[in-house]
Amino acid sequence: MSLIAAQGLTKQFGDFTAVDGIDFEVNRGEVFGFLGPNGAGKSSTMRMIGCVSNPTGGTLRMMGMDPEREGTRIRSRLGVVPQQDNLDEELSVAENLYVYGRYFDLPRPVLRSRIAELLEFVQLTERAGDHVEPLSGGMKRRLTIARALVSEPEVLLLDEPTTGLDPQARHVVWERLWTLKRRGVTQVLTTHYMDEAEQLCDRLVVMDRGKIVAEGSPRQLIERYSTREVVEVRTHGQMTVLGDALRRLGHSSDAQTKAKLYERAEELPDRVLLYTDQGERLVALLGEVEHESVLVRRSTLEDVFLHLTGRSLVD
Amino acid sequence: MAPAAAIPRPKLAVEYWLLTYRRNWKGSLLTSFLSPILFLAAMGLGLGSLVDAEVGSGRDLGGLDYLDFLAPGLLAGNAMMLAVNESTYPVLGGFKWYRTYTAMAASPLRSRDILLAHFAYMAFRVTSASFVFLGVMAAFGAVSSPLAVLAPIGASLCGMAFATPTAAFVATRTSADNFSTYTRFVIMPMFLFSGIFYPVAQLPVVLEQIAWLTPVWHGVRLCRALSTGSGVEWELAGHLGYLVALILAGTLVAKRTFTRRLYE
Repeated sequence: MSLIAAQGLTKQFGDFTAVDGIDFEVNRGEVFGFLGPNGAGKSSTMRMIGCVSNPTGGTLRMMGMDPEREGTRIRSRLGVVPQQDNLDEELSVAENLYVYGRYFDLPRPVLRSRIAELLEFVQLTERAGDHVEPLSGGMKRRLTIARALVSEPEVLLLDEPTTGLDPQARHVVWERLWTLKRRGVTQVLTTHYMDEAEQLCDRLVVMDRGKIVAEGSPRQLIERYSTREVVEVRTHGQMTVLGDALRRLGHSSDAQTKAKLYERAEELPDRVLLYTDQGERLVALLGEVEHESVLVRRSTLEDVFLHLTGRSLVD
Repeated sequence: MAPAAAIPRPKLAVEYWLLTYRRNWKGSLLTSFLSPILFLAAMGLGLGSLVDAEVGSGRDLGGLDYLDFLAPGLLAGNAMMLAVNESTYPVLGGFKWYRTYTAMAASPLRSRDILLAHFAYMAFRVTSASFVFLGVMAAFGAVSSPLAVLAPIGASLCGMAFATPTAAFVATRTSADNFSTYTRFVIMPMFLFSGIFYPVAQLPVVLEQIAWLTPVWHGVRLCRALSTGSGVEWELAGHLGYLVALILAGTLVAKRTFTRRLYE
């Protein structure tokens, strides 16, 4: 049985529909992601899953229970890492874990040993007695994750876990989340970073304007909605000139293989993306088209998103 | 279902507030000491010597020295001020700046646990400050009845009659813009015109009748009766009932506004 199941889940604020009838299921032990740009409805969905916001339509079952009637019991089995840290900056690192554990009615001796383990886990043991306020953004995030784990939750909810962190701090957080995944902790996360979704998620849904536009593993999504490779062509000159030249090239087919050179082109303000399974061959034939630089890369979820919505994830 | 509801959950969140209190109890205790000393010295003794010379211990002050008249009034007024402070910025902060409430709401705690815990902490702050106040009053010789040991409880009820509706209102605010208007034009006039410094009978009739409606007037009468041992029982019951009714009403409204804000 799935741990979380939503059918036609909807959240309206007045006339505005933040979440527009979405269906999804999360199974025990998997890392499930909501990928989408800001305003796609990810956080509203997370708040409903976290049982701090009632759906205005559809059904949501959490561990077989109804969030509207049994919010307290469900929340006692969740660990939440909110988008904005809400640690108490006046209290010490260890005290933050302590008070939070007390909200779950955990006995003090249990908490004492668990806090020590968790601080070890998020590499903050040396800072146990320090105030939270001067900690770096990455440390605060790790502490928030430790706090969410203090009740040994069945599901960990992470709303944009690495937004605002520098690359190094992000990798430390990812690495910790990876370790939790290996231990079998079910994780539900939102992100607008496609690399984060690719790194962490077993399965994800792509959200746009309150709706789910695609679902699958990162690999499945790339296979289904993109090509193996992408050729990015940039120009000094006019984008329209480059676009026209590439379109002419696209209409002609490769003399050797008789195959189309590329399946699809996306024109962005500063470059053109060509979706192809034969990147190197295409680059070789680009010679006559005037361009500044060209690069061949593998398809990512960014390309999937671009294809599905016609827009970039991060602007 | 829900055996969890049987657990007294608000106490779990009270621990949080007590932990933050442990960080600054020295400062707040010092304030609790100094404020009554300054007020009682300046007004009770300074101004009081003039008043006593002019009025004597006349009928107007119910046969009391000015110090004895003033001190329990200030006890109630001080409780009101402290309670308003505790229920404005810290409450908005719980939703907005520190997001303490938001963090609590993600745990098994319900909105009623969250607000009752904070109210319990506010009551603790006001009551402890009021007991310090009573100690200072005693040192000034401004206590004349053993019932005075109950006066801080009366002051605390007076404070909470302000704190609960104030917190209920603050939960509907997104910024602190109106807070200083509220203290300046609602709370301050009550402090000045509700029988703390002189009997409300000295006011024009209209203002006197308005004063009867303010919770602080009831708190002042209650504290004064307890510290001087000169109250009429049915009147005390009336004051007590009025304050308790306000606290209950404020709590009920706060339950609604907190729930709406936390689960919007």
